Amino acid sequence: MIAPDDPFAPLGHRFAEPWHAQTLAAAHALVDEGHATPAQWADALGAALARAAVQGAPDTEDTYYLAALEALESLAPLDPAQLSDRKSEWRDAYLRTPHGQPVTL
Amino acid sequence: MPTFDSKKIAHAHREVHAHLPSDPALRVKALESLLVEKGLVASETIDNWIELYSERIGPMRGARLVARSWTDPAFRDRLLSDAGQVVKDYGYQGHATEHLKAVENTPGVHNLVVCTLCSCYPFSILGMSPIWYRSAAYRARAVKEPRVVLHEFGVTLPEDVGVRVWDSTAELRYLVIPERPKGTEGWDEDHLAAIVTRDSMIGTQRDLSVEPA
Repeated sequence: MIAPDDPFAPLGHRFAEPWHAQTLAAAHALVDEGHATPAQWADALGAALARAAVQGAPDTEDTYYLAALEALESLAPLDPAQLSDRKSEWRDAYLRTPHGQPVTL
Repeated sequence: MPTFDSKKIAHAHREVHAHLPSDPALRVKALESLLVEKGLVASETIDNWIELYSERIGPMRGARLVARSWTDPAFRDRLLSDAGQVVKDYGYQGHATEHLKAVENTPGVHNLVVCTLCSCYPFSILGMSPIWYRSAAYRARAVKEPRVVLHEFGVTLPEDVGVRVWDSTAELRYLVIPERPKGTEGWDEDHLAAIVTRDSMIGTQRDLSVEPA
């Protein structure tokens, strides 16, 4: 059973989490700057969604965006080790920054 | 002797982690910061996209095209033969709508749009796609059992109305032109555009209400 949403919901509620929007925006930027074609993005996203389905992931918004993030990481011309290190750096930066202060590396 | 207040420590621990973004949020942050740092993308491009698709671009653009197609037969012909160019003429283009095909509902035909691979969608004229459009259930079932899916959206098609399902790709997206409802004779384009819904332009709605959307 498909659950239709409210087609008249205000535009401001299009993304449940900021990272959802950031993921699609980064994918758009990669295509826009010529680092990937629209077809490469669609194929990578389709493959990630298919993997999620095979793994039995629930058919939810979070599953969709996690697949989009996986597709984005696979398409971005970046070293996976560098990505992982940068993620740890951000994590450490959040942990050492008092709440309310800007978080910087 | 040092004291160990487990409640206090647990509280402090929760406080710290409450402010720590989720794992995927940190992954996106890492990716974005590296892409920007290496000059591969501009942070403005990302910020602009988020602002546009969170707050500004919605289905009203598509609704305007549909409304004009109801009142201007020459425009309707142009929309049906070269929707990509029409979208450019309106300044609505994006790489998702460079190649766009408009398909019209008639008394005997209903059109339904899906992307079976992922979530290809004419973002620049309809705004962000609804989450159900991206769900595995819709992507798989819209092609296999379109009438059942339509029924779940509240559309019961008579048997003599045929269904055409259009599978979007990165190279070609679709816009459904719903039928103009009775009781709208003499309405101007703005008035007409106000009753055209997002779902009617995807095809999960067939009959439009004459009340503003």
